[in-house]
Amino acid sequence: MRYAMAIDTKKCVGCSDCVVACQTENNVPIGYCRDWVTETVAGSYPNVEIELRTERCNHCDNSPCVRCCPTGASHIVDGGVVLVTPEECIGCGACIQSCPYDARYSHPDGYVDKCTFCNHRVIRGEQPACVAVCPTKCMYFGDLDDPNSDVSNALKNRKYKALAPEAGTKPHIFYLI
Amino acid sequence: MKEELFVSGREIPNIDPFLHIWHWQIPIYLFLGGLAAGILFFAALFTVIGKEKEMTATVKWGTFLVPGALVLGLLMLFLDLKHQMFFWRLYTTIRMDSPMSWGAWVLMIITPMSFLWVASYLKELVPEWKWKYKWIESLLEWVETNRRAIAWVMMALAVILGIYTGILLSAFNARPLWNNAILGPLFMVSGMSTGVATVMWMSKSHSERRILGSIDLLLIIVELFFITHMFMGMRAGSEVMIQAADLFLGGQFTVSFWVFVIILGLVFPAILEVLELIGYKIPIAIPVILILVGGLVFRFIMVEAGQITRYLY
Repeated sequence: MRYAMAIDTKKCVGCSDCVVACQTENNVPIGYCRDWVTETVAGSYPNVEIELRTERCNHCDNSPCVRCCPTGASHIVDGGVVLVTPEECIGCGACIQSCPYDARYSHPDGYVDKCTFCNHRVIRGEQPACVAVCPTKCMYFGDLDDPNSDVSNALKNRKYKALAPEAGTKPHIFYLI
Repeated sequence: MKEELFVSGREIPNIDPFLHIWHWQIPIYLFLGGLAAGILFFAALFTVIGKEKEMTATVKWGTFLVPGALVLGLLMLFLDLKHQMFFWRLYTTIRMDSPMSWGAWVLMIITPMSFLWVASYLKELVPEWKWKYKWIESLLEWVETNRRAIAWVMMALAVILGIYTGILLSAFNARPLWNNAILGPLFMVSGMSTGVATVMWMSKSHSERRILGSIDLLLIIVELFFITHMFMGMRAGSEVMIQAADLFLGGQFTVSFWVFVIILGLVFPAILEVLELIGYKIPIAIPVILILVGGLVFRFIMVEAGQITRYLY
């Protein structure tokens, strides 16, 4: 089992519903967030392109945050999901430095917090909160090892990319382009 | 070519500024750790080759600075933590992949060891000193009889401690300036150079100063070589690495790095040490203070600059 997410950049309108859903579902402190939306403008007039992306932890296979953690607070659970145990985290900041996606932040209580792929929902068979609320249905979540899952189907017929693949972390958030 | 004009949206005022998570505590620790490693390494080295009589400052008196430096350094590391009450979690596990775990354990061993080393020489400094408990006396007797073996262990641990100050940074793939294999040896050599310079300042024997002066000169040359190597490696690397090197070759850290680290911290003291070796009288404090300040500035610059080199945003 390998959870992954595919995001259709042609369908995303950048409404930030995913951000608010995550904050609500996961009780993220006010002013903080585990996912965010970026807007990239590329090309020169008149051939300008805009790309909207909702971004979060990439739950990498080769996750530097897990390897550099001195206490084992950052760990990988079933499905390749990277999680942090607050009671084991000392707040040293090593994982924040190690993440090429800047997906981790220091929670006001001291420990490091990040996207969990809504593991508590997924184990109940539900979709992550961000995927469930997306009004344009541009996000697909599921098991990459299952050829019939939403995410496998989304990746089958479209070109896609990952962010900063040159960082070599084997990210698992894919952007359909 | 499709060039990215701008990337926006990643504007999270409570998070983005704080991704720059390491502040003044870390460079100060790196400096103190390197200094302690340098002093301990040469104290152990000259003990192993049997030069306790000739190199008294190196083997004995210089090491009196080490427990203080290590305790202050540990305090700095503790202050840097954001979840401080859980710091003991470091010592419930050993994680081979994590340099910080290595560092925490080495510090746990080498700090008490430096206390023992200093305590075993305390009676030579203060002859009327009396330990309150019998067991301390017998422990120190054991240290004295096994000093050669302890020195071997201490030498190895000092190397790990010195390299660790660099590996702590170089283990981060996401910070291209840090992520090169030469950073560990570079920080070790730099730390040893500060350690030797400090001991040289404390030494009263002319011949000892000459030996330490030549060692320090050699360390500075190796350090300059490593720095050149580091930039050559980055210039030959991927785009993010070239951008990282450019911070020092025309970018915002050019002046502070080349003036305070390379010229005032390495080249100028090296010239003074050469002059000293060929017979000119140079007040020893000048090269030593320059080396120490240069070493500290080097660590501040590396920690600051490393955190602005990124893959995205």
